[in-house]
Amino acid sequence: MKIALNLEDWSTRGLILVGLAMLALLFVGPQIFDLFVLLKVILLISTAMLALSLGFIWGFGGILCFGQSVFFGLGGYAYAIGVINIGESTVPILLSVLVPAAFAMMLGYFMFYGRLSDIYLAVVTLAVTLIFYAFMRSTSGEEYHIGSARLMGFNGISSIPGFNWPGFPDSPLWPDDIYYVSVVLLILVYFGLRYLLRTHFGRVVVAIRENEARAEYLGYDVRFYKTMTFTVGAAVAGLAGCLFVNFNNFINPDVFALGLAAQIIMWVLIGGVGTLVGPMLGSVALQMLYNWLGTQKFADFLNTYLVFGAIILVFVLAVPQGLLPSARALALRFLPWVRSQEEQETAARARESAGNG
Amino acid sequence: MAEQRPPILETRGLTMRFGGVVAVDNVDFSLAEGELRCLIGPNGAGKTTFFRCLTHIYKASAGEVLYRGENITGSHTHQIARRGIGIKTQVPSVFDGLDVRENIWLSARRHHKERETDRAVDAILERIGLTALSKRLVGRLSHGERQGVELGVVLAGDPELILLDEPTAGMTHEEVHRTTEMIREINRTASLIVVEHDMQFIKAIANRVTVFNQGAILVEDTMENVLRNQEVRDIYLGKREVA
Repeated sequence: MKIALNLEDWSTRGLILVGLAMLALLFVGPQIFDLFVLLKVILLISTAMLALSLGFIWGFGGILCFGQSVFFGLGGYAYAIGVINIGESTVPILLSVLVPAAFAMMLGYFMFYGRLSDIYLAVVTLAVTLIFYAFMRSTSGEEYHIGSARLMGFNGISSIPGFNWPGFPDSPLWPDDIYYVSVVLLILVYFGLRYLLRTHFGRVVVAIRENEARAEYLGYDVRFYKTMTFTVGAAVAGLAGCLFVNFNNFINPDVFALGLAAQIIMWVLIGGVGTLVGPMLGSVALQMLYNWLGTQKFADFLNTYLVFGAIILVFVLAVPQGLLPSARALALRFLPWVRSQEEQETAARARESAGNG
Repeated sequence: MAEQRPPILETRGLTMRFGGVVAVDNVDFSLAEGELRCLIGPNGAGKTTFFRCLTHIYKASAGEVLYRGENITGSHTHQIARRGIGIKTQVPSVFDGLDVRENIWLSARRHHKERETDRAVDAILERIGLTALSKRLVGRLSHGERQGVELGVVLAGDPELILLDEPTAGMTHEEVHRTTEMIREINRTASLIVVEHDMQFIKAIANRVTVFNQGAILVEDTMENVLRNQEVRDIYLGKREVA
């Protein structure tokens, strides 16, 4: 794989920018954040990774999954149940990735090999999430346990052991260690997905988003590629769920609720479908906005949800493309020096044809 | 080359029903290796449906499709494509959001190794005359240029049999001329079935013509004989005169 470092190219510049931002988060973060903020950032990294997973399968694979939270929840529960039974966190971390991936592969097999159309796919994935929600809420009885881990119904599982140093169950990671692990995992996942999109597999995935029929005429098995894309997305969401459990050592069936399922869609939509950074920014921006709104005092007839919903509505109408693509378009329009040579040529052509017309 | 070769493509009793409508009616069709055949017939005669049954875009109601003597009736579209059948659709089916080069690359990479792909792509771009546009988004190109891109995409797959559905639709006179040349050239290495309406174009490229009417084959003959055939004039050319 030839990866030329071409600074004229927007995506390369963007990649460098993202890399620098993530390194800053990694090294500067612990110096300036206190413990409370550090934990908050671990939560935001976990949800950013969740948004990233949907941003990948929706924005690049063209698969609108309305139940991405099912894989997030499965990852969290798999880690929790694993670590309670095993008493060590290394294998449970793997489980948090493998269990959702295996489930997605099975679900994907039925949906993609059954040629389910896009809208039904959204409905089916949402229904699956809600089934998990209903089921997990009904597991408070003593008979619901996996090994020594009781599922505890809607109370959820608490006091879940966090990460420990691999092979040393008695030396747990402190919050700042978990912070480092989270940032490093986010960096690995982000650049891993970027790399994947440059491989033959990734390029076919994008081609399928563009024109499924043509991809088939070229001899690509669309069903296989979509199932694998869906599985990769689920694996990433599962890892995010694992980080989520480490944020407060707790998980309950709310991870499968409609609220989270809908929020992920909003994060990606607001951040920008078709980008990887956009959904991450969208998830951070929306959660910070929501938290801030929660601290404000509104008139009695307004509540936080209402104001939040109104802001999102206005935003989607005003900036339908999402944060990142719009910011990029603005930069290209008003800052000519950020344009690559090719974009300058395109702009020149556009001016020319406008002049002729 | 007088040796006896099996037909590259054959259908036996191929039938496609949509509810009560029989769009393709018990068609026995045969194409020799290296042949270039044109399919003509009035609108709704079943040409495009016949194409779609060949490539399993539609699942035929009855009958079978044989490729080099092997039954491919139940194979999926991508499996049929992998056997070396290239498909060019009526409305250009390309990757509009990707650039010209990426379009060709996706086709070439399927059967070339990573290292060889770029060279193969360059050769195709040269062949279809789109080298200068290689970095442009396909969705921004003119209709004729997109037709050209789709042809390039099909050729990059190195097909042995190519199905072309109205390759000159929406092309300028100049583009039709270029396409005629290109189809002749392609025919040196591949067999072709071409659905067309443009009679000048058909005269320029085909020896044998198959006339479809109401889902069935009406006549199969040389272009001259087909044009002289009274029945064909009645159902097809005759109608045009009236119109």
